[in-house]
Amino acid sequence: MTATSLAQLALLVPLAGALLIAALGRWPNLRETATLATAAALFAIVASLLPAVLAGERPEAVLATMLPGLTLALRVEPLGMLFAAVASLLWIVNSVYSIGYMRANGEHKQTRFYVCFALSLAATMGIAFAGNLLTLFLFYEALTLATYPLVTHHGTEAAKRGGRTYLGLLIGTSIAFLLLAILWTWQLAGTLEFRPGGILAGRAPDALIAVLLALYMFGIGKAALMPFHRWLPAAMVAPTPVSALLHAVAVVKAGVFSVVKVIVYVFGVDTLAAIDGVQWLPWVAGFTIVAASVVALRSDNLKRRLAYSTVSQLSYVVLAAALLTPLSVLAAALHIAVHAFSKITLFFAAGAIYTAAHKTEVSQLAGIGRRMPLTMTAFAVGALSLIGVPPMAGFLSKWYMMGGAFEAGCWAAAAVLAISTLLNAAYFLPIVHAAFFRAETAAPAHEHGEAPWPMLLAMAASAAATIALAASPDTALALAGALTEH
Amino acid sequence: MIALQLPALQVLLPLAAAPLCLLARRSGAAWALALATGWAVFAVAVALMLQVAGSGPISYAMGGWAPPWGIEYRVDAANAFVLVLVSGVGALAVTYARESLARKIAREQHALFWTAYLLCLGGLLGVTVTGDAFNVFVFLEISSLATYILIAMGRDRRALYASYQYLIMGTIGATFIVIGVGLLYLMTGTLNIVDLAGRIGDASLARPKLAALAFLTVGISLKLALFPLHLWLPNAYAYAPSVATAFLAATATKVAVYLLLRFGFGVFGHSQVFSRLPLGEVLLVLSIGAMFVASVVAIYQADVKRLFAYSSVAQIGYITLGASLASQTGLTASIVHLFNHAVTKGAIFLLLGCVALRVGQPTIERIAGLGRRMPWTSAGLVIGGLSLIGVPGTAGFVSKWYLVLAALERGWWWLAALILLSSLLAVVYVWRVVESCYFREPSPRLAQAPEAPASMLIPALALAAACVYFGLSTGFSVGGAAAAAASLLQALP
Repeated sequence: MTATSLAQLALLVPLAGALLIAALGRWPNLRETATLATAAALFAIVASLLPAVLAGERPEAVLATMLPGLTLALRVEPLGMLFAAVASLLWIVNSVYSIGYMRANGEHKQTRFYVCFALSLAATMGIAFAGNLLTLFLFYEALTLATYPLVTHHGTEAAKRGGRTYLGLLIGTSIAFLLLAILWTWQLAGTLEFRPGGILAGRAPDALIAVLLALYMFGIGKAALMPFHRWLPAAMVAPTPVSALLHAVAVVKAGVFSVVKVIVYVFGVDTLAAIDGVQWLPWVAGFTIVAASVVALRSDNLKRRLAYSTVSQLSYVVLAAALLTPLSVLAAALHIAVHAFSKITLFFAAGAIYTAAHKTEVSQLAGIGRRMPLTMTAFAVGALSLIGVPPMAGFLSKWYMMGGAFEAGCWAAAAVLAISTLLNAAYFLPIVHAAFFRAETAAPAHEHGEAPWPMLLAMAASAAATIALAASPDTALALAGALTEH
Repeated sequence: MIALQLPALQVLLPLAAAPLCLLARRSGAAWALALATGWAVFAVAVALMLQVAGSGPISYAMGGWAPPWGIEYRVDAANAFVLVLVSGVGALAVTYARESLARKIAREQHALFWTAYLLCLGGLLGVTVTGDAFNVFVFLEISSLATYILIAMGRDRRALYASYQYLIMGTIGATFIVIGVGLLYLMTGTLNIVDLAGRIGDASLARPKLAALAFLTVGISLKLALFPLHLWLPNAYAYAPSVATAFLAATATKVAVYLLLRFGFGVFGHSQVFSRLPLGEVLLVLSIGAMFVASVVAIYQADVKRLFAYSSVAQIGYITLGASLASQTGLTASIVHLFNHAVTKGAIFLLLGCVALRVGQPTIERIAGLGRRMPWTSAGLVIGGLSLIGVPGTAGFVSKWYLVLAALERGWWWLAALILLSSLLAVVYVWRVVESCYFREPSPRLAQAPEAPASMLIPALALAAACVYFGLSTGFSVGGAAAAAASLLQALP
């Protein structure tokens, strides 16, 4: 099968899977089999694209001509390949976890849940392989809409309110800023293609490019740059597998992926580096990193702490991309993968604690490591990775990020990285310490051990992947490195 | 031979079938006749469009009297496109209507309903197809009088008041139009639109020209519900029978917009109207007013039909906004949105008809839990709503794309920002409906309600599917609109 048709299949398979899951709604076991089979098939497809892309091929396909001169098109390039590989791999893990979680917690409307999950993955593949900005925008909005029923899954008043913030901020920023930026780009450049070196060079005065950069960066609300980050904590009303989808598999990753893609392929790293008026971006990103870490430090609710940690970690990617050196862009791409594996492990652990012990606050977790040793070990792996302790995966991306900061001569960025590492340690390590080394303050309301086995299996897999990524980062590094080679 | 008579058949078929419906008297027979006429008229419109695309504008001399003395029917890229739209929605609405009418209107009135419906359809097609300014007025009156009847047939007693309100406003509008046409005749001595366009430039009297333009613009703006002349519209849409609402929302205001474009660009010529007279600025301000004021009002409506009626006023603002920019892109945006909005609102109001069948007048309260009881209907409503917002992949996105592009071409980035900001208001009013459908327990009226009958659901969902189709494949909509815009702009330098 050719690489081109593989790319199209990556879009079609989850769509077909969604139909199949809907059709099998009455037989839960068959339905879950369909989810797992679809996820496995998708990963196999994406994985088989990898050799071609590593060899320098860029498979392309035109899906439709949407407007005169503007097509819906796919083009597989290294960054998209990396994103698609991470998302499709984590979908398998997340599905195993979902099955355990949704059944153990007796959630309602499970068919709708799995259908929307598959649709979200289809949209994610569309984003990853988008050949131009229009295609990216289409799937970006589709992802927002496909995840909305997941975020509001419980259908309660709180879910409705969370959904409003989620939709309002994501749709609001994307229509008001991102769409305007895309149209303006089209008007200036006459094309929306992603090209190495960018399409805006020499097409607009410097001041306008600075304005466009602001429109893109704040328009991509999924990257959660402050002050447009509130949707992420608001989405915490969703069941935990959905949080994992938002924070690790698809949504925020789609955001930072789009940020990197726009900086590298629309503006062009060299173009941006050459003009004044764009130096504010590292500052905004740096502020988001530190401010979100402080909020995380002060949150007692575990999921909320993880959510603000995500806001902070996303801005690592934005900061790295905004430093505009080859090394830092590589770090940005790498950190997308690193954060995905680490954060999904942390959320899996939080969900397991909720399912087994019905605990949601950090202050309740003293001594829980003795009842749930596997869960808390996985949590520790994810936490250490995000802090950036060698030999975890997080160390790698931070290392390159530091290198990029020195290369750019940006001492402030280096300082932000150092401070935030300390903050990360300050909000993660006490949890691990309390879980393993402190005694339970009160006997739990009920005796419990670990969560159901599918959840443990998923958690072990994602923790192992976090370590494996650090042990053999060659493929990820090759893809990330290819980003800045013309 | 019949190919040569198509422009006349376009109008004659519905006008001739209308009295036959009355004579048929039986509900089923009248509906069958209307159905056959509707689809035949659609076929004629498609044939006309193909003919125009193949061999350029068609001129048809009514009764064999050569223009400009006789009445000329003239079909070019602009009105062929509108003809296809009007007759297409007209035919779909008839297909849908049988079950809806059977439950909502007394049986002995069905024949009367179809008579009025066909007269209205014939009138609207006549306005579009004719090349004679006075003929425009005549057909406009035929369609308007039929519209008053259609609205008054709503079951709610407020329908009578709505109809009366529209009667007064519509008559004022028609009077203004006929005064405008009279002034034109006074200055040029002709009523033929092509002829008028050629001579109006010579007429040196600036003041009558300005007066004619003013009367025509105000008169037509009343018919197309340009903010703030829209006051008749919300009641009319809310209380008319569902079929009539869907049909009128998708066609009547759109034909009036076409008329505005025809007079503004085709007769006066855009260089006159937009550079020497302040029509562009006036339209611009009023359109922005419509986009924001009507959208905000829509947010606060409790009645879903009224909510979408105010949304129509806002969306008409986008259409006139495109026209006010007076460029190829702007006019394309205007015409493509005329088409896309007709499809979207047609779908929404047909689906609301399905809802009305089960719960009566649909209010936000009564549609609670619709997603659970009528999944197909509410899914269709969501698609229509997304198209109103302009989510990519729906027809509304395509319109917005061209509209913003036209603003940016002018260098008016603030206008581009306003257009996008106003569509965020659409998110709010659409989401009120969505939240009521999906986040609440079914209301008592809905608790036992089954999904709408397939005969209504299929045409309604076909239009909803068209919202997606025209969002992804724009060959017909954008292609047709661009050709129409080009033909209107080249009418006069």
